[in-house]
Amino acid sequence: MARFGMVVDTVRCVGCADCVVACMTENEVPEGRARDWIATEATGSFPDTRLEIRSERCNHCDQPPCVSCCPTGASHVEPFGRLVQITPELCIGCKACLASCPYDARFIHPRGYADKCTFCVHRVKDGLAPACVAVCPARCMHFGDLDDPHSEVSRLLASRRGHALLPEAGTGPRIFFLT
Amino acid sequence: MIEFTSTRANPLVDPSLHVWGWEIPVYLFLGGLVAGLMAIAGWFLLMDRDRRAGSAMSWLPGLGLALLSAGMLALFLDLEHKPYVWRLYTSFQIASPMSWGAWILLAVYPALLGALLLCLPGSLRQAFPALAALSDRLRARVQAVRAIAWANLVLGGLLGIYTGVLLSALGARPLWNSAVLGPLFLASGLSSAAALVHLVARDPADGELLARADNGFLQAEIVLLALFLIGLLTATRVHVRAAGLVLGGPFTAAFWVGVVGAGIALPLLLQSLAVGHRIRHTPVAPLLVLGGGLLLRVVIVAAGQVSRWGPV
Repeated sequence: MARFGMVVDTVRCVGCADCVVACMTENEVPEGRARDWIATEATGSFPDTRLEIRSERCNHCDQPPCVSCCPTGASHVEPFGRLVQITPELCIGCKACLASCPYDARFIHPRGYADKCTFCVHRVKDGLAPACVAVCPARCMHFGDLDDPHSEVSRLLASRRGHALLPEAGTGPRIFFLT
Repeated sequence: MIEFTSTRANPLVDPSLHVWGWEIPVYLFLGGLVAGLMAIAGWFLLMDRDRRAGSAMSWLPGLGLALLSAGMLALFLDLEHKPYVWRLYTSFQIASPMSWGAWILLAVYPALLGALLLCLPGSLRQAFPALAALSDRLRARVQAVRAIAWANLVLGGLLGIYTGVLLSALGARPLWNSAVLGPLFLASGLSSAAALVHLVARDPADGELLARADNGFLQAEIVLLALFLIGLLTATRVHVRAAGLVLGGPFTAAFWVGVVGAGIALPLLLQSLAVGHRIRHTPVAPLLVLGGGLLLRVVIVAAGQVSRWGPV
């Protein structure tokens, strides 16, 4: 069974936010909400400075706290690609999952249920890449099976230096940022 | 130097999490209060204190039911997807404290109703003779009385601890990430309930007993609050930063002046003097305890949401 994940090359990313627009269009994300976003982190002191631009979203964690805290099973790990998904008809809007996510990746849809990135599972099931990956003009985003050593994401992770976000939170994030 | 910017601006999430407003602190406070009332009701039944004239047991279970319903109403008001609330009772999620809480709350009602039936108030006895007969039959069975007493004690304890575990299970918020929160909220719930019974009791012996008990609960709260802060300050950098929210940060005044000073230390002093017969019992101390119990939840819920693992 696949374990889908994402690799973002921060050296290539220019922060154009095409991924954000593509996600909003593809998934009809309500106005004022975002399933993915651009984070910019500047570190160091002049002249020894460094800038990292990241396209961020739900990390589809291996140990997702949003799933374990959900009182109804609305948040669940889908067998297909072991992706973390939400069933709106089961969600009561208690917001425990929003509070449990160290990445603050979730939000409340105007209709009342919790919402977040699905890794465009409807596209992936059709053999397509997630919308954000497909439209990236810098080709900095890559999607695939992290358990397949021959996949593009696995080869990139094996050949380049990178990091996940907040690994110390212990949730096992599946998005990696190449540096 | 680190400078962090994000294009994300999701409501309730950015710039810092604020998903829970007044409803959840009120729900946690009322849940803790009912937990304490159940523990007191169970204890009174076991000690036969319900047979005394003017015993608090004549109104305590009924008040518990009303407060529990008010707490659940607050919880319901907080939900964003209200028509689907019934989904809480279509599954049991063993890893979810909220699911445990939902089912515990369902078990709490029959336990309180049992206590109410045992100690049926005079007005209900007159209005419903059949209920009065059932109450008399139940009261004649010692095993039934003990079962209802223990059900109230055990479920009260579980409910009180649950109100803290609900938050402490959310590891993404470092301030809540403490196993002490469960016992702390239980002690606070017991203290609030003792203060409420002390405040309303018609039997002076009930008031005196509960004032003494409340002093013990307030001292336990001080110890648990100290352990809570020590636990955070001796943990990771993010936990130390979270503790800073009440140690010099924006919640310092509310925590130390409101919760610790006016909500614990002052009523403890007043009640210690009162039970030592140096001053008269007044409603001041119990009212301060009740206000402090509510403020404790308000501060912990609000400050916890501000605390985070990621960039500040």
